[in-house]
Amino acid sequence: MRWIAGGITVAAVLLALLAPLPVAGAAPQERHITVTASRFAFEPGTVRVNRGDTVTIRLESTDVVHGLYVDGYGVSAQAEPGRPGLVRFVADRDGAFHFRCATPCGNLHPFMIGKLIINPNLTWLRAVAATLVAAAGAVVVFWK
Amino acid sequence: MHYAISEIPVIRRFLKSRWPQWGITVLTLAVFVVVIVTGLFGTPAGNHNFGIIYVWLVWWALLKLVLVPFLGRFWCSICPIPAPGDWLQRRSILTPRPGGKLYTLAGRVLRKSAAGAVHPWPRFLRNIWAQNFGFLAVALFSALILTSPLATALTLLAFILTSLGVSLLFERRAFCRYLCPIGGFVGVYGQVAPVAVRVKDPAVCLAHTEKPCYVGSDAGYGCPYFNLPQKLNTNMLCSMCGECLRTCDRNNVAFYIRPPGVDLLDTRDRRLDEAFNGLMMLAAAFVYSVVLIGADGRLKVIARAVGTPEWFAYAAGLLLFSVALVPGLFWLCVRLGQWMAGRDPAAAAGRGSRHADLFAGYATALVPLGLAIWIAFTLSFTLANVSYAWPALSDPFGWGWDLFGTAAMSWTPYLMGIIAYLQIPVLLAGLVAAVALAFRAARQHGQRPAAALPVSAFCVSAVVALLTLYMA
Repeated sequence: MRWIAGGITVAAVLLALLAPLPVAGAAPQERHITVTASRFAFEPGTVRVNRGDTVTIRLESTDVVHGLYVDGYGVSAQAEPGRPGLVRFVADRDGAFHFRCATPCGNLHPFMIGKLIINPNLTWLRAVAATLVAAAGAVVVFWK
Repeated sequence: MHYAISEIPVIRRFLKSRWPQWGITVLTLAVFVVVIVTGLFGTPAGNHNFGIIYVWLVWWALLKLVLVPFLGRFWCSICPIPAPGDWLQRRSILTPRPGGKLYTLAGRVLRKSAAGAVHPWPRFLRNIWAQNFGFLAVALFSALILTSPLATALTLLAFILTSLGVSLLFERRAFCRYLCPIGGFVGVYGQVAPVAVRVKDPAVCLAHTEKPCYVGSDAGYGCPYFNLPQKLNTNMLCSMCGECLRTCDRNNVAFYIRPPGVDLLDTRDRRLDEAFNGLMMLAAAFVYSVVLIGADGRLKVIARAVGTPEWFAYAAGLLLFSVALVPGLFWLCVRLGQWMAGRDPAAAAGRGSRHADLFAGYATALVPLGLAIWIAFTLSFTLANVSYAWPALSDPFGWGWDLFGTAAMSWTPYLMGIIAYLQIPVLLAGLVAAVALAFRAARQHGQRPAAALPVSAFCVSAVVALLTLYMA
């Protein structure tokens, strides 16, 4: 019985993580976003767009040379005060991606991080669903 | 279901030989010296300094992703910090002294005991509370230590000098066993590891009264961690250094490969200091996730601005969260479980566990969960930054050297598109193990299964919160 419950749980977790979902996103748009970099912080720290959007980020620095690298998309730009940089990409994968400073700018440079959220954020939804399913399955399997 | 890999003659010879462990320790000591020297004299830019990169990226990632999950506390047996103290106590670099004799300054000068060389560790410190509070103390300054080569060098110097001082006064590795802030959580999480050093037949030990595994012999030293191998039932305090394999003249100690997490299966007679370590580590992982890899730059600056009023507020928040809020929530979950399960038959018959035992027993669930959360956290910053290791290798001081031709290698994040897909299975595995242990704890403490539900919910909430921090 426990093995059956365990098998069903594993199948349900895989389903939650991998099943194709008929989620219709908003119509793709051109997005122009200005991100200001200064003293180990990006402003805004979190940027939200929709899947399919063509995103142009204008990076402006107010103190020293900063960079901006978008995890998962591999695009980057550099900016210094008065000389902004641009990154442009099509947000073709949903989820949350960090963007981080790509040019050493001081002691906290490795932790100068922002977040790009591409909706619908199915990665997070799937992960939470898989967590709840796995926990429920574990309760059933180990309840005795 | 375990296999004594040391029964294979070539492996046994390897494990009993002092050379491999000594060789790796000398290597780690050499790296440690470079870390200290580059920290003191190298560039203050952390991402160009060997000390920062090789301690907080390379070593930390190795510890969390490989050494602790797969080899338990093995790092402690090759750690450079206690090595000078060991060599002074042993008056030998490699070959053991006759009878495995140890020498301490206290033994020579203070003559505290009839034996002349034994200065016992204070009884009230024979636990890991000092390690827990030591880790919290380091955590308060972590944003500074992680990013300042000088702070890293001074912290490690403080560790090695304290270790040396302790080894002059107290025999064996008292610093590692009772004080090292790293040793506490390495021991707790090392219980997950699929390897262990244990006695083969306890009956042989009972009949063997000389105990060379504890007092030492011509073949080696008594257990550096004050363990009597026949009583060893978890990896918590065993570094698998192999001394007991060398000294046991009955060939009754073996190195086992076994399923992961076996040490956690008995949730009874657990200790509050170990439970607190699990809770504190869980809290620390969340604090680091918010402060270091969150999107709030101001928080990072405050965490690094040691001594400012804002930093004191941050420190108070960190302490409150780690020492009161998370342990308090967990305690409430354990109490709620008791209430939900109603009056247990075992408790009614006087066989139920005391609250403290229950609390510590349920906290075993936090070991696999906490390790999974730390692995997820480590993945999130290691893969992004580990490419700094190549230039730092060629130019450790940041002075423009190019020793190995890698100084010009540029920063390249690795596998950034799939980190979430590495984190999710690790977190799910940790969660399922945690729920399983919560139900096991309920059963072993004479409670109905429903008593495990609040603790399970606590674990689920921790995973969902972390997923939200990282992915939403």
